[in-house]
Amino acid sequence: MSSPATEPPIAPMLTPVLTDTWDQDRSWTLDTYESAGGYRGLRSALQSEPDDLIELIKESGLRGRGGAGFPTGMKWGFIPQGDGKPHYLVVNADESEPGTCKDIPLMMAAPHTLVEGVIISSYAIRARHAFIYVRGEVLHVLRRLQRAVQEAYLAGHLGRDIHGSGYDLDIIVHAGAGAYICGEETALLDSLEGRRGQPRLRPPFPAIAGLYASPTVINNVESIASVPVIVDKGAEWFASMGTEKSKGMTLYSLSGHVVGPGQYEAPLGITLRQLLELSGGVRRGHELKFWTPGGSSTPILTADHLDVPIDYEGIGAAGSMLGTKALQIFDETTSVVRTTLRWVEFYKHESCGKCTPCREGSWWMVQVLRRLEAGQGTEADIDTLLDMCDNMAGRSFCALADGTAACVQSAVQHFRDEFVAGTHTPAWELFPYAASVLHAEPPQRVPAPVGAVAP
Amino acid sequence: MAAVPPVGFPGRPTVEAGTAAQLAEGELPAETLAELRELAGRYPQPRSALLPMLHLVQSVEGCVTPRGIEACADLLAISAAEVSGVATFYTMYKRRPVGAYHVGVCINTLCAVMGGDAIYDRLQGHLGIGNDETTEDASVSLERVECNAACDYAPVVMVNWEFFDNQTPDTAVDLVDELRAGRPVRSTRGPQVCTWREAERVIAGFPDDRADEGPGAGPASLAGLRLAREHGWTAPDSHGAEGKDAEETKSGTGERVGADPATSHGGSAYTRGDQETHIQESAATAVDDSERTPDADGDARTGEDRP
Repeated sequence: MSSPATEPPIAPMLTPVLTDTWDQDRSWTLDTYESAGGYRGLRSALQSEPDDLIELIKESGLRGRGGAGFPTGMKWGFIPQGDGKPHYLVVNADESEPGTCKDIPLMMAAPHTLVEGVIISSYAIRARHAFIYVRGEVLHVLRRLQRAVQEAYLAGHLGRDIHGSGYDLDIIVHAGAGAYICGEETALLDSLEGRRGQPRLRPPFPAIAGLYASPTVINNVESIASVPVIVDKGAEWFASMGTEKSKGMTLYSLSGHVVGPGQYEAPLGITLRQLLELSGGVRRGHELKFWTPGGSSTPILTADHLDVPIDYEGIGAAGSMLGTKALQIFDETTSVVRTTLRWVEFYKHESCGKCTPCREGSWWMVQVLRRLEAGQGTEADIDTLLDMCDNMAGRSFCALADGTAACVQSAVQHFRDEFVAGTHTPAWELFPYAASVLHAEPPQRVPAPVGAVAP
Repeated sequence: MAAVPPVGFPGRPTVEAGTAAQLAEGELPAETLAELRELAGRYPQPRSALLPMLHLVQSVEGCVTPRGIEACADLLAISAAEVSGVATFYTMYKRRPVGAYHVGVCINTLCAVMGGDAIYDRLQGHLGIGNDETTEDASVSLERVECNAACDYAPVVMVNWEFFDNQTPDTAVDLVDELRAGRPVRSTRGPQVCTWREAERVIAGFPDDRADEGPGAGPASLAGLRLAREHGWTAPDSHGAEGKDAEETKSGTGERVGADPATSHGGSAYTRGDQETHIQESAATAVDDSERTPDADGDARTGEDRP
């Protein structure tokens, strides 16, 4: 575009790489992907030694984009080589963390980015079978992935003796059946083995005994989709973006009370202030109250954190976690007691029931929070909630209970007054819920009070 | 009386008395058994196919039926109790027939706050059914769903697991009316909606060759990319790489990838209009009479999954 033509060369605010083809005609097809340079990374990868590829990904500094932020190359390096067992790559495409909405549009718009990443990554860890475990509730995404895999077979990118390299690989697109917990990697493995999705005790870690008790790498969609371009353009190129310990570009997902919700691909380390300025800000006439940096399981932050670099270290230092970079924005109309209750209801619903602290704790928390929302809480309720957090966090097989506790603890930490108010005033009186909605309509089944000001 | 409590126990999927007659006795059709076997053969270990197999059972039977469970158990050489244990764990598996169009309203926090609660309340009243219930004509069923990974299009409604973005109570009511009238309905970011059973077949792993329908991305998915194009922002050049061709590739389809295909379908109110819905807040915020009864989303579900 024409606008500031003569600016000095400053670093661009946004760096579309994974999203770069999303606006193309028929962006999901092999033709579109290949004409934009797709599968070039695969061809050069097949010329390399698998160990060199692992080294390359280590050098790039790529860290997991699914929440935990573990270095991807290091994870690959844990796979024992020459052990005689089959190795597996499993892509975690069970995107379900509240607020997180980046992998689904990626697989919808550019499924070949993921498929190419799967092939290169499988080659690197010497896997002959790879699985893309997609949540079941996204029908059209499944169609696009099924088609992309089919196209890749027909083009010789998959199957036997890929491009004459002697390397064989099969990809299975596998649909889940509705269970948040299957985004937890060991629960995902149980689910993929045809069982109830319940987390496993670690050790052994999946790198040693994962799918079918064999060495398995489990990576998030965005992590794997970042691999082809790193192979194509180099570790140095990737590491030239981002901050000292958080390298590369990533997808930030902005949602909630903002003018411009959507996907923003930027170098790690951008701030919320910058993202809001770019995207048009909080919805007109309102101001930021609180936000999640990476989904509901990451402690909430406030307007005090507008200038925190949104990378692994910056958000960690602010007392939260980068998570999935799902930036859910809530303005001053929103009741924190209400949002906390809703999230905890979610965790209660999604607890797999295996560990007592999580199963029971989340259920009881809902009871307490419902009281507080209705303005019928007791003096002891806040302490009870925090006490329950202590009894849940770190006391289960997986991190679901940790997420529940983090959500509650951070809400009380930043907005204790609202919980105190829950002992005498309903949240919907303090924060009329109709003020938070986007559509211009009073809520149903509430007669308009006499003398109310018309909208 | 209509409100007969469901019968059954975990080993026998719950079937409402009134619908039990629809569930045929005997074995599944031979072609279904063959497809179940085919699914099992796709995996290094057959049991990995159990989730897809149960989806296929649903596509044929309309829900997870006793004979579907038996068939999976037989084919995988595991007990029916093990299959039932799996079928009861996942929310997509239904133990009662759902409507031809299964409508899921996201009531997770962000969607709920931004209008999902109001949408759910309105649909419940409009359809006269509650959570996990189906209209008498079996056309539409309603479910409160958790986050469906489309938060940048909140509030979100799903129909047979296709996205309906940026909904309001009004558009949602229009949507279900169209569905009940049997008129074709198009996802805001996908194809024309198929039936629930057809959807289950694709989810099971039998593609329906409709991947090319709908846009690549909706407007929110492209928000950052459009800004980058406007400002001429690209990722840095790679040294010596031949591929810095961002300038060439930017032509594409230009504006509004998400909206155009939808209009080919009658221009219904629930097809995605435009991005401006996000800033229509002014009227809503001027309403100050907005007390809210807690019964809508609170009490209705209290204890539903606890005895």
